[in-house]
Formats: sequence, structure tokens, C-alpha cells
Amino acid sequence: MSDVFHLTATEIAARDASGDASATEITQAHLDRIAAVDDRVHAFLHVDAEGALAAATAVDERRAAGEELGPLAGVPIAVKDIVATKGVPSTAASKILEGWRPPYDATIVTRMREAGLVMLGKTNLDEFAMGSSTEYSAYGPTFNPWDLSRIPGGSGGGSAAALAAYEAPLAVGTDTGGSIRQPAAVTGTVGAKPTYGGTSRYGLIAFSSSLDTPGPCARTVEDAALLHAVLAGHDPRDSTSIPQPVPDVVGAARRGASGDLTGVKLGLVREFSGEGAEPGVMAAFHDAVDALTKLGAEVVEVSCPHFEYALPAYYLIAPSECSSNLARFDGVRYGLRVGDDGAKSLEEVMSLTRESGFGPEVKRRIMIGTYALSSGYYDAYYGQAQKVRTLITRDFTSAFEQVDVLISPTTPFVAFPLGARTADPYQMYLADLYTIPVNLYGGPGISVPCGLSEGLPVGLQIAAPTLADDRMYRVAAALESAIGTLTPGELS
Amino acid sequence: MTVTLPPYEDVVARYEPVIGLETHVELGTNTKMFCGCPTDFGGQPNTRICPVCLGLPGSLPVANKAAIEATIRIGLALNCTIATWCRFARKNYFYPDMPKNYQISQYDEPLCTDGWLDVEVDGELVRIGIERVHLEEDTGKTLHVGGATGRIHGATESLVDYNRAGIPLVEIVTKPIPGTGALAPVVARAYVTELRDVIRSLDVSDVRMEQGSLRCDVNTSLNLPGHEWGTRTETKNVNSLRSVERAVRSEIIRQASVLDAGGRIVQETRHFHEDTGDTTSGRSKETATDYRYFPEPDLVPLAPDAEWVSTLKAGLPELPRLHRKRLQAEWGLSDLDMQSVVNAGAVELIEQTIAAGTTPEGARKWWLGELARRANEAGIELAAVGATPAHVAELQRLVDEGKLNDKLARAVLEGVVAGEGAPTEIMTARGLGVVSDTGALTAAVDEAIAANPDVAEKIREGKVAAAGVLVGAVMKATRGQADAKTVRELIIARLS
Repeated sequence: MSDVFHLTATEIAARDASGDASATEITQAHLDRIAAVDDRVHAFLHVDAEGALAAATAVDERRAAGEELGPLAGVPIAVKDIVATKGVPSTAASKILEGWRPPYDATIVTRMREAGLVMLGKTNLDEFAMGSSTEYSAYGPTFNPWDLSRIPGGSGGGSAAALAAYEAPLAVGTDTGGSIRQPAAVTGTVGAKPTYGGTSRYGLIAFSSSLDTPGPCARTVEDAALLHAVLAGHDPRDSTSIPQPVPDVVGAARRGASGDLTGVKLGLVREFSGEGAEPGVMAAFHDAVDALTKLGAEVVEVSCPHFEYALPAYYLIAPSECSSNLARFDGVRYGLRVGDDGAKSLEEVMSLTRESGFGPEVKRRIMIGTYALSSGYYDAYYGQAQKVRTLITRDFTSAFEQVDVLISPTTPFVAFPLGARTADPYQMYLADLYTIPVNLYGGPGISVPCGLSEGLPVGLQIAAPTLADDRMYRVAAALESAIGTLTPGELS
Repeated sequence: MTVTLPPYEDVVARYEPVIGLETHVELGTNTKMFCGCPTDFGGQPNTRICPVCLGLPGSLPVANKAAIEATIRIGLALNCTIATWCRFARKNYFYPDMPKNYQISQYDEPLCTDGWLDVEVDGELVRIGIERVHLEEDTGKTLHVGGATGRIHGATESLVDYNRAGIPLVEIVTKPIPGTGALAPVVARAYVTELRDVIRSLDVSDVRMEQGSLRCDVNTSLNLPGHEWGTRTETKNVNSLRSVERAVRSEIIRQASVLDAGGRIVQETRHFHEDTGDTTSGRSKETATDYRYFPEPDLVPLAPDAEWVSTLKAGLPELPRLHRKRLQAEWGLSDLDMQSVVNAGAVELIEQTIAAGTTPEGARKWWLGELARRANEAGIELAAVGATPAHVAELQRLVDEGKLNDKLARAVLEGVVAGEGAPTEIMTARGLGVVSDTGALTAAVDEAIAANPDVAEKIREGKVAAAGVLVGAVMKATRGQADAKTVRELIIARLS
């Protein structure tokens, strides 16, 4: 394990700072790793070697000039391709945005660049982040480094796989219903969804505005916390961004790493006690709960009676918002345009463009959402789903009156073989059964490795109250200290 | 197809019209509704744009506080209730001049509701109910080129300019206005005029119909007395105050002719044509477009706090109707005289002329006399006649100082209207000043006396009234450039 690309972000930053390695060397090592393995993993849609090396050189020069740099300066990072990056293709893994280069950076990208992070490229995802396996990417699936015949989760399968394949030590994801946490779980990595509004959405190609939350992906809890601290904070360009200080997630992670959870109350959600989950997943989860108890935590069972309606509510709210958010892709201003032969009407060109530019899952959700918002159906579908959302929020609020955090498996099953769930959308949707309630509530959630089932990683989800992101990092770091990180076999 | 339309008087004797008005006002904020782009009129196409108003993927709106404030002030001026909590909503439909293919608007939670505006029609107050006032973003503009009509049909290319996209737009909707009978068109016009004046007094928009910063849609329906209200049509492309009146009138007549023939009114959008004064059918609204409104998730709810609203209320200016009442008293005008000032669109002009140092009487005389006549002849608004309040004040000062007499002043005003400059300049340039050189006048007076010995004799005998003949002769000799009063005094002094 002496290769540079095996280092964590924290280790890289330490080497950079001490002068043991330059950012350029570190970056080149990761670019070489990508070149060596990505034809098998397909984590990246676009590798920006030139931009990465230029950014790394700039960091080296700043350091040489004696500038005080942030704790992640010179660390390479992969960015999910649904985040707008100036001058660098940003496709949302859709044909409809093929070749589009945004004229601006997302706020989180600006923050990343200012912190001296070096962007390696853009990672694969389910088209417009709609999916749980990355199989719905218009540019082909990503493969799980633990077993290349299996999915890496989704929608952020590219970011998670890039971490597990040691192509990058850090990655940026977005989480609408579990797109950071579920891929983290099935690739044995760490992924955190911050409090909604804790990280800016400005520059995220919108899927579901009231749910989308960008967040950090890493191989260790401390690395995730360090990246969280860089990405988070109020952004005046995003009205839903919270004008409050970011909780001290790095401090909490370091405190948790000491392995002491005395006085911490963990809530086990009765409704997530294992129905529909694989026995191996539940076994690993219960072992982890035992480990947490040994660290001093108290475990209490809580009831969240409305969680069972979370999935249907989500599959009305998210498609409704997406049906509107994706209306702008019409071939008029940017991206794909089909059928503009001078004979067809504007409406025909718009239809043809959308017909050939969107994949089947995106179309399915646009149709569901369009229907749910229609006059005469609105109250029964979108309106009803919003009521369920309120009830789920109340479940969380009352649970957090009894416990500090809620814990559950991140996802009911380990990485499944490619093609296993594409035939039945509902089977695919079940992957997010445990993550979706957290999005509907708007609080933070993290997935941290908690063991193996049939040789494949299992993740444990920790959900905390809104704006108490630090709490989940403390518990996650404690679990990590007890269980250790998970390492896949070397890619053959 | 030739249809003989029934006379208007006959129609309104048999049918009762119900009207309603939807007015859009572009706010004069410095920046757009949801981004920092400038809002000023004009500019090269697609130069006042950014990722937000272009709706680029990933961009997000941030509401403009100044626009919200302006909307609340409009609502307060229209006696509305201001919502303590409300949300923006997305109105979804595909159109290329809408960058996101949805418009951020307000739906069932408007910022202001349930108000009224009193409008004076023929000296009577008519109270127009205001249903709602809400805030939204404007769309871009589509230009269809290569066709004969400028419409999309037959065009070879369509160009879109997004400079206007995202400019804050306030929509003001009246409640249905029944019971105005034959006066319906006049009431419609008076309402839009009054609304324009109110908004102008708030200084939140330049409310210019010709530039599109004030746009009006007119809803009209007819019913037989004692029957339910009829199906309404919505007339668009009504681009001047005069057109508001004409559009209602023509739609009333058209609907009557349809009903008289046993037909039924189709709920539809109609277009008003300035040249013919007719409306033609636009798109049918019978298959209502489903806009799939839902609360805008990219924006937080608006919750204007009570203190802010009461501060805004306290800061409202005197509203036009009350302002006019006060001016009427100050100027000492009868209701009828004030009405003619209002009808001529001269209130502000006279007010400014007085502020520039003229008496109410002097100001009113010029604006309602000579200048109103010229505006009428040219078919233009009084304010566009070419003379400014400063010009009129200067002209009257020259008269008061005896440098111009009434006749000369009219000649000078002609120069002002023709754009030759300010009154003093024109007077000098055209040599129109009153001859005040007493030497030259005395000579002219002596000549007149010598030429009319019998008249002179009568004056000497005390028949002072006869002096008019000599005054006329002197005025003629000086080509009108003498001050008649001075001439008269000189003659009498000479002969007594």
C-alpha cells in the first residue's frame, strides 16, 4: 500500500504541507491511476488532465511563495457530472447536454477551487441523478470496484467507484433520495448528505429542488468532514441556503475517532427493522450496533410510523419538481437539437429533441410528475405527498426528542449484479428505502462502512437533526475507529 | 363576409356588459426580478443577460427586495390586504421566449388581495374592486422575420431577445365590473388612466403603454338584463388608453351581433387592431391550458412583517385623486373646470408650470387653450405637444413683463411647438417683442392723430372710447408689436 493513490486526503495534505510530495506529483499519480483502471471501472465521463495539472501547479506555486493554504490544498477531487464546472463539459450523464460547457462554476466548485482542491474530472451518474445503480447513464454504466459485474450504486456511482478504485481520494456528490449515501454503502466508502440548505445548490443541474443536496464523498470520515467544511456555508445565490454558521464537523469527526460515545443515544427505527432487507445486511448492521454499544452509546428503539409512506411520497414530489426543472431542455438555447431541418415547427423540434435526448427513466419521471401536477390531480398526488412529507418531518422531530441520532442500514441490499433491477423500476426504487425519509425531512445523513456481507460492503446510515451535522460525524468516526475502513481487492 | 353591426346605443340598451381588466406593469427597479442584470429599456439584443435570467442549468433565482417593496406599495395604494405569508409559484408551459419553460409567478397565494380603486367618471365616483396584485417575471421577446405579418405564420426565422426576460412584472386584476351599462368603455379607460397615475405617483414604474411597461388585457361579456353573466373574451394588444375604450366598445358590439344572430360567445383570446378598431380571434381558451402550477421550490416564502408594511403605508404619497382635489381647491377651479383639466391630461403640466412661477390662471389658459388645440389637431397627447411647463412659464412671464402681448405670445408659442427653442430666444430671433421704445411709439401716435383729426377731436372732447380707432391704427403701423395699453395711455395723454 505504498502507492500515492492509496493515501487519504488527510495524508496527502500532510505530505503536501511538509514538502514530501508536490501537488503536481500527487495529481499525476491519480491521473495515471485513472488511465490504468478507468477503462474497467468507468467512473469518469470526462478527465480534465490539463486543468488538473494547471490547478496543481498553481497550488505548488502558492505554497512555494509561502502562502498559507487550507487543509485540503493540493488534494485531487472528482466531481459528479451534474455540477456545473466552467469551461468543462457538464452533461448530467444525459445526451441532451452532450458537449455543453457551462459559462460558470457552481458555488461548491468555486469553494473547492479556492480551497486549493484539484479537480481531476467529472464522474458518471444516472441521467440527471435519477436512479440507484448508475445504469441509467446515457454514456454507459459504472462498475463496482469490489466486483466489476456489480453496480456501484446510484445516482452517484461514478464518484463512489472513483474512491473505491483509488482514482481519487475525494469526490463531490449530490443526494436527492440517497445518491451519495447508497453508492457509499455499496462501495465501502463514506458519503454524507449535509442538512438541506447547508451546502449551496447554485450550479447543481436541478433534479428536485426541494431535495437536492450536494455533499462530500471520501474513504474516511475525517476526509469527508474536511471536504464538508470546504463545501458548506451560506450562499446568497441560493435562496434556500441557510444563513448560519457551519457546524464543526471536522472537530466532531476527530472527537468521535477517539472511540468514546458515552452519553450518546442512538435511535433504532422500528419500521426499519429489517423487513425487505437482506439477512447479511441486517447481520452486519446488528454487529455494528453492538460495536457502538461497546463504545458507550445507548441504543433506544423509536417509532417513525409515517416512514412507510416515504417512498411513494418521494416518487411524487421528486418527479413533479423534475418535470418542471427539466422543461428547459428543449434544444432552443443549448445542448442537443434534433430535427431542425427548416421544415419542422418549433414544437416538433422541441419534441424530437426531448424524445431522443432523454433516457427512459428520465421520461418516466417527467411523465409521472406532469401527471401529478395536473389540474384535477394535484391535490390527490402532489398535495397529498406534501402532507406526508410534513408527517415524516414530525416523526423525525419527535424521534430526536428521544435520541441524538437515528441509525439504520443505508440500503436494504449489497451491490447487485448489473441488469438485476432495471426491468422493474420499483425494485430499483427500493434501494433508497432507508435514505429517502432523511431527504424528505431535510436533515443530514451519512453512510459509513459497517462490515461485509457475502464479501461485499454494507453501510450504516446515521441521521441527525437539521443543522446538527456534527453529531453524525462523531458517531460515524467512532464506528470507523471500531470497525476500520474497508478495502476492496486490487483490480485485476 | 359582411356583417352589419348593430349601433352601440342600441346594443347597450338591450344588453348589460360586464368588464374586467388585467394590467401588467413592468417595475422600474435597477435590476431584474431574480438576478442582477439591468432592466433599462432598449439595448442590443441579448446583452442584458446572465445564467439566471437565461435559465441555464444549475442557476437559481434570488428575489429582488425592491420589487417586492414596490408591489406591496402598489397593493397598499389600491387598498389591498397584504399577505403575511405567501409563495411564488411556477407556471409551466413551453414557449421559446421563456428560458426555463416555466414562469416564476404567483398563483393561489398573491402578495396583495381584495382592494379597490375609486375612479371618477363624469364627475361620479365608480369603485373598481381589485381582486389581486401579484409579482412575476417577464418573458423574453420573440421576433419572427421573413414573413409578411411579423407573426410566426410564414416566418422563415424566429429570433429571441432575452433582455426583457426576468424584468419584474406586477399583475393587477380587477374583480368583474358589472352595472356600468353604456359607460363600460369609458369606465375601463378611466380605470387604466387612474391606475397609471397611481403607479406613477408611487414612482415604481414609468408606466408607458407605448413602450410596453404598462400592458392591459380587457375582459368583456354581455348578458340580457336579469340573466347570468355571459361568456367572456379576453382582448389583448390594447396598447393605449384610447384603445382600451375602443376595444371594449368594439367587443361589446361584436358580441351583440353574434348573440343577435342566435350564436354563442366562444371563450377565447382576441387581438385588438389599432388601425381598424376591431378585434379578431386568437387562441381558443375552451381547452384550458394546464399550467401545472406548484409552489416554486427554489425560493423561500415571502413573509413581509407588519412593521415593514406599516412603514411602507406611512410612506405612500398623496394619491392622484386626492392630489387633484387639493389642486382644484388651490387653483380655485369649479368641478367642471377641473374636469376639463383632467380630461385634457393637463394636471401635472399645469402643476409644474405653476411651480415654475406662473399663476394658475396663466398656466391653465395656455395648456387648455392654444396647446390643447394644437394637440387635438395633431392627434397627440398634450404632454407630447412640444412645449414644456418651463416654456409656458417663461412665455407667461414675458407677457406679464409687457414684452409680449397676447397675439405675439401665440406666435412665439408656435415657434416653441415647432422646436425653435425657448420663448425668449424665439422672440429675439423672430423679432416679435413688443415695441417699448416710447420715442418710436410717440411718433406712431402722432401720425395716427394727424391722420384722424376728427377722431382726435372727439377724444379731446372727452369721448375716450373713440381712442380704440387710434390704438388700432398704431398697432397696425407697428405690425402688432406695440403694447395696446401703453398706446392707449399715450394717445389719451397726448390729447388731454
